Amino acid sequence: MTIGLVVLAQATADGNAFAQMLVDGISFGAIYALLAMGFVIIFKSTSVINFAHGALTGLGAFLIAAFATVLDFPGRYLTFLPEWAQWTVNVLTALVAAALFGILLERVFLRPMVGEALFAVAIVTLGVDIVVRTITNDWIGTQPRPLGAPWGLEVVDLGWVRIAWSEVIQILVTIILLGAIAFFLRSRTGVAMRATAFDQETARAQGVNVGRIFSVAWAIAAFLAGVAGLFYSIFPRRATGVDQATAFIAFRAFPAVIIGGLDSIPGAVVGGFAVGIAESAANTYLTFEFLGNGFPGIVGYLLMMVVLLIRPYGLLGTPEIRRV
Amino acid sequence: MLAVENLEVVYNDVVLVLRGVSLAVPDGKIVALLGTNGAGKTTTLRAITGLLDIHEGEVTKGEISFDGAQITEEDPSNRVRRGISQVMEGRRVFVEMTVEENLRAGAHTNRDGERVKEARERVMTLFPRLADRRQATAGYLSGGEQQMLAIGRALMQDPKLLILDEPSLGLAPLLVQEVRDIIVEINQQGTSVLLIEQNAKMALSIADYGYIMETGKVVMDGDPAKLLKDEDVKEFYLGLHATGEKKSFRDVKHYKRRKRWLS
Repeated sequence: MTIGLVVLAQATADGNAFAQMLVDGISFGAIYALLAMGFVIIFKSTSVINFAHGALTGLGAFLIAAFATVLDFPGRYLTFLPEWAQWTVNVLTALVAAALFGILLERVFLRPMVGEALFAVAIVTLGVDIVVRTITNDWIGTQPRPLGAPWGLEVVDLGWVRIAWSEVIQILVTIILLGAIAFFLRSRTGVAMRATAFDQETARAQGVNVGRIFSVAWAIAAFLAGVAGLFYSIFPRRATGVDQATAFIAFRAFPAVIIGGLDSIPGAVVGGFAVGIAESAANTYLTFEFLGNGFPGIVGYLLMMVVLLIRPYGLLGTPEIRRV
Repeated sequence: MLAVENLEVVYNDVVLVLRGVSLAVPDGKIVALLGTNGAGKTTTLRAITGLLDIHEGEVTKGEISFDGAQITEEDPSNRVRRGISQVMEGRRVFVEMTVEENLRAGAHTNRDGERVKEARERVMTLFPRLADRRQATAGYLSGGEQQMLAIGRALMQDPKLLILDEPSLGLAPLLVQEVRDIIVEINQQGTSVLLIEQNAKMALSIADYGYIMETGKVVMDGDPAKLLKDEDVKEFYLGLHATGEKKSFRDVKHYKRRKRWLS
């Protein structure tokens, strides 16, 4: 409450700073929203929280760095395209590779767990996280690897607020992906995915190939994690590129999933933006010495606790249905 | 159409549940499979539809064929595509989804838009109450409506053979009659039915042929008239004494039961 009042008082005092705070929050929130959507997609099909999502983020960002800057594949063969288009093609190739990697992980580690206790499956994802993170970190090495976004450090200055080009693109991409996934969940495969999440055996009785549904979910999640990793590893976030700490971003996105509700795509986006803006607000206004520097990092978790007290299923999550 | 030959199923590598079950569902008929709890009825169903694996079960002997094709080891979704649909015991509707979404989930294997449309119309005429509540959350339907939805969901697959596992379970007598009439109607529309039931009276009143299972074996089979006349069936499934008056199950001794079947 007091925090809210302080924020409000300062916000009215300085309108521009407030607007800047909002823009920063929304753009950071978009990264959280992308990560949260990945969590939700997997939860919606397997009823399991995917602890390996951080590793997928790091892996995706690394693959983009590899394809876009180191290998320049397949852009180097597409010389007739302008440079930014080559980069985009490289990134898309990397994201497809990330999705394939997601399918591979599912196939090898999670497919044998079909029908097993959800708790056991969740622990398997924890193991997958450690394995994938270790291997990715070995590939990344000690130096950050730049992703080479073509718009670089360019910033649009609107006078009252400054937005980096990458932030504009990132917000647009998030909105497009949100729309695509919301549409997907209403499709034939989407309905089967929700059916699978609810009751695997009954879904199989309807002729749903549960394994294939899991593959699709992991592919989408890995893709989204890659996109999130991309935007997290360029200006204005960590302009140096992907490094060994990139994977931990997923844990900061975790409150966003809980706030929005574990099984709601719109919830993931709302939660993502809520956490992003809350962190940004804390960054701008809660600059008291006794709070220290890391305080914005826990604001999301504080927000999560408050939301859980009021709505235990999250803001937009599905309450358990029980006839009385 | 469906033929099960000498089927043996083992759970967890040690528990022998089915010991040589053979049964057949001819084209366009209703076949009843009766038996008490633990007789192996649901296991037979799982073997036919391919859902044994998640229960750690395995077909160790025998074979299942459908329309002449071997399906003993086939993937469950392929069996649905072949035309074997099931209504699982305990309804098992997707309670978090709407009625419409449940039906769409049921139509998963049915990719032909026209056929889906026809199937939906068929379901809606069979169950007008579902048509009224299309956008309702399935979990808030009454028990009877959920059973209708479960049957409707299976019909969305446009099956050749519909297997119902205890569709009368937990329903009021009037609803049991309604379900029975619907099964007859579905059958008249050209779908063969395998009806797994404990309610022998209901099942035998509509079946063309009946099997009685006990401890993993078919102990008796024949047309319903013959089964209904049988002394043991009367005593154990219909609760009637030889003279026709009602009798308490308490008075039936176990050793007597076993002996009778073997003789």
